[in-house]
Amino acid sequence: MTGGSALPFGGSLGVWLAIVLIGLATYGFRLSFIYLFGRIDEVPPRIKRPLRYVPPAVLAALVLPDLVTIRPSVAATLVDERLIAGAVAGAIAWRTENVMATIGAGMATLWLFRFVVFA
Amino acid sequence: MDGASPDGNSPDGNSPDGNSPDGTPFDSDVWAGVRDVSPLLLGIAPFALVAGIAAVNAGLGLAEAVGMSVIVFAGASQLAAIELIGANAPLAVVIGTAVVINVRMVMYSASIAPHFADYGRKLRAGLAYVLTDQAYALSVAEFEANPERSRWRYYVGAAAALWVVWQVGTVVGVVVGAGVPDAWGLTFAVPLVFLALLVPTMKDRPTTAAGVGGGAIAVAAAGLPLNLGLLVGAVSGIVVGLLTEVFGE
Repeated sequence: MTGGSALPFGGSLGVWLAIVLIGLATYGFRLSFIYLFGRIDEVPPRIKRPLRYVPPAVLAALVLPDLVTIRPSVAATLVDERLIAGAVAGAIAWRTENVMATIGAGMATLWLFRFVVFA
Repeated sequence: MDGASPDGNSPDGNSPDGNSPDGTPFDSDVWAGVRDVSPLLLGIAPFALVAGIAAVNAGLGLAEAVGMSVIVFAGASQLAAIELIGANAPLAVVIGTAVVINVRMVMYSASIAPHFADYGRKLRAGLAYVLTDQAYALSVAEFEANPERSRWRYYVGAAAALWVVWQVGTVVGVVVGAGVPDAWGLTFAVPLVFLALLVPTMKDRPTTAAGVGGGAIAVAAAGLPLNLGLLVGAVSGIVVGLLTEVFGE
């Protein structure tokens, strides 16, 4: 396995362990009600309500730390090629709801600032 | 693709309620699923490429990248796991984060379960494996609009097309990712994909609050040890959404 030795938790073996355990848990979620239907027909409201907030909370927690790095000054925090590219891509995502257009706009803006404006 | 023939499940595989397939595995219901999912494949293909590219950049090999795409087959959790593996996060944090991301599948499973209730256990076990955001959304809409369809055949058509594009895209991403200089910052496509998925999920006040809260707390928690920032941000965002729902009016 390439790069195996550079990886944490025992290299490639640990990666495979993570893959298999995530896969098992995910399959369990997928199978849950498809398998149990007839015995439990409805998701209990206590579980259903928080589930509604999983996608926005998780996705935002994935996105923002990759766009924003807190620096000592406000200016240094805001003038960041990743944040600018993310803002442009966010506007495109909002207008088009298109994955390809969002990636294209974000990467083009990143390269513009990295190789031209800030170069 | 094995789900495209009823194999041992024919008594249950053919729905008793008049969803009559014409006997060939690739009938019009399967093709209808493939056709309806095609526009979505255009969005999935770059997502799969990014998964392959990110895997290479995190130090995974081709076998691990493809193994993850086959075994996990859930894009957002794969990208998060890859990012954490690349950051040397502990195993428990990698798994815990991916599990939180995929717990939404329980909702899809519950919502689609009544449509699969007549099918045998083996077929249902196979159908569950390819349950994704896209296959779920497309199929449930079609089952409501077009009750005479063979539900499992339509679903398999859509889900199998997504599966094939996901695997091929991962392989191409691994190959491409290995040849592109780091300065291009191709892994920046990862947050861009998530951004494209995030925007439509913030559709009312509580869901927007969940996103804003989760993102802000994840930024503030970025320095936490063990790469716990993502998990802390995600769980906090869920709590912020619930609180907004309860106290927002």
